[in-house]
Amino acid sequence: MNVDEQAILRVEGISKMLGGKPILNNCSLSVRRGELKVLIGPSGAGKSTLLQSINCLIPPDAGDIYLEGKRLDRTNKPALCAFRAQVGMIFQDFNLFDHLTAEENVAIALRKVRGMSHKDAKARAHEELARVGLARRALLYPAQLSGGQKQRVAMARALAMDPKVILLDEPTSALDPELVGEVLAVIRDLAGGGMTMIMATHQMDFARALATEIIFMEQGRLIEQGAPDVLLAEGSATRTRDFCQRLLEMGG
Amino acid sequence: MDSLLVVYNALPSILGGGLVTIGNVTISLAMGLVLGVPLAVAQVYGGPWLRRMVALYVWFFRGVPILVLLFLCYGFFISLGLPADPFLICCLVLGCTSTAYQSQIFRGAIESLPQGQLNAARALGMGEGTGICSIILPQAMRLSIPGWANEFSILLKDSAICYVLGTQDIMARTSFVAARTHEHLALYAAAGCIYFLLTLAVLKLLRRLEDKVHVPGYSSGMSMEGMGVG
Amino acid sequence: MLDTAFFGNELIPALNRGLLVSLALIIPAGSLGFVGGVLLGCARSFGPRWLRRLGDWFTAIVRGVPLVVQLMMIYYALPKIGIFFPPYGAALTSFTLCTAAYQSEYVRGALLSIRQGQIRAAEALGFSTWQTVAWIVIPQAARRALPGCGNEIIYLIKYSSLAYLVTCMELMGEGKVVASDTFRFTEVFVTVGAYYLGMVTLATFFLRWLEHRFHVPGFGAR
Repeated sequence: MNVDEQAILRVEGISKMLGGKPILNNCSLSVRRGELKVLIGPSGAGKSTLLQSINCLIPPDAGDIYLEGKRLDRTNKPALCAFRAQVGMIFQDFNLFDHLTAEENVAIALRKVRGMSHKDAKARAHEELARVGLARRALLYPAQLSGGQKQRVAMARALAMDPKVILLDEPTSALDPELVGEVLAVIRDLAGGGMTMIMATHQMDFARALATEIIFMEQGRLIEQGAPDVLLAEGSATRTRDFCQRLLEMGG
Repeated sequence: MDSLLVVYNALPSILGGGLVTIGNVTISLAMGLVLGVPLAVAQVYGGPWLRRMVALYVWFFRGVPILVLLFLCYGFFISLGLPADPFLICCLVLGCTSTAYQSQIFRGAIESLPQGQLNAARALGMGEGTGICSIILPQAMRLSIPGWANEFSILLKDSAICYVLGTQDIMARTSFVAARTHEHLALYAAAGCIYFLLTLAVLKLLRRLEDKVHVPGYSSGMSMEGMGVG
Repeated sequence: MLDTAFFGNELIPALNRGLLVSLALIIPAGSLGFVGGVLLGCARSFGPRWLRRLGDWFTAIVRGVPLVVQLMMIYYALPKIGIFFPPYGAALTSFTLCTAAYQSEYVRGALLSIRQGQIRAAEALGFSTWQTVAWIVIPQAARRALPGCGNEIIYLIKYSSLAYLVTCMELMGEGKVVASDTFRFTEVFVTVGAYYLGMVTLATFFLRWLEHRFHVPGFGAR
């Protein structure tokens, strides 16, 4: 297999068994600076598991992870924490810290993981919140925010860490339809600004418009990879196109 | 071993005390139920003065220790020239205390029901009283079962305190035999086992009750599991 | 009407003496019991299976047996294994163990109520395990456990009166002595009741204040 020397993030041979069943089966992918790779596939394909294996929230049984060419030693706790600090993650359920305000949510990792002072962390937090359009909601608690606002705070929280890559696990799936747009807008801006991202989503129009590459996953394997135009072209008879047509028919 | 023999011999007497304990607990619990529900209703739906009085009652009986209440009641009876029967005083004190605690359990359950329930009852033409009795209370009582089970278990344990006044319950009989035979540890351990088994039995029974009156889709979010009960 | 001489010279001084002993029971038992409860609660939530079983059994037994019986067992048991506690020591030990078991229940409930997602988010940001526990788990669990644990302390204040049963001369004991001497049961125990009522009310106010101080909108007790 061609080892992509320019890749910022590269994973090889990731496998994971859960409860005797193979959830991930020898998955490999790489992503270069500024690329937006989109994972699509049916439910249960393992998209979430793959993303969470990349930053070892779900430790893979086998496989290697390389950040900027350096191999991650999963057994070394401090190295793992340092790795995670450079790889941002956005969850489907937002997972904001419920006991902290929006501003504190963004600032806390800056203070505890990066060691910034209170003042600097607060200032940076405000910057990031302004970037996602939530400067005026800095002092509200998660329970007081709408779903779309929560996800935007989550993105500010991830961005404040200056990550090399951001992993997005179905960021809009838990949102009401009218709130999806505000989150996609932020992601679009990030892509436009050159942020490297791997995103699992059902938002086909978005993927088609912005993805550098689409990766189709099914039953724990990466079935097809390619540019959106190629995979989704009329009459291309790819599994990807098949899946998307079915999604469209169901109103997806 | 000698201690075990002593315990074995004392068992009939101690278990006999179990009847007194169960009687005490049952009467007090029943009193708490019968008085607690109206107090809860009064606190939720009554006027300001009624609510203050109930709050005062609850504050007093939840704030003063049972031991103090027992002696207080004892002194009261004596100074009024009434016969200070231990069992009566215990039932009275435990009953009043349980009323206070149970009223708060029911109040919590009633308040957790959405306002819409009573509104719907009113819209159908029911009076306030009918609405409360037919719609609110049946739901509130179901929601109260876990809290009530907890109260039952607490009452069972508190009944042991009453031995100071000379009742004939488990604790009293045990301490009597212990004073004579000096096998304190073994005897109290046995008494502890009996109380423990009684508690388990009661909680199992109440679990059955909870399942029996269960309405599908209806949960207070506080199951008996969640409360660490049983 | 009110025999102020009696109150002033006999009752109040005696009760104040007893109050000091009561506080000397409540404060250490409450603090140690709380610490014990936290440790036990953590063990029961996250420990290896044998430890969880042990903790669960201990808690079940302590919660299923009346405190009076536990008190008697400890008072009479300790001399048999060579520890000669004065009544105060027996009462303190018994109260501490009992409170710890009850507190562990609330601590465990609070710890288990923390959503996995919170921990994942912290890990994803690069928090180490200790950092996650210190800055995410504890602030949330403490808020959840506060009402329950606080109420336990209030129960402790009332049940400290049981120390009298093992001849520890605290508030209740002193009152009983005066009452038995003078046969003024009603007056004595109304006053004793007032003392306890005062302590409980103060503690309740403090608890409410704490709950209010650390309240986060939308983050309620489960």
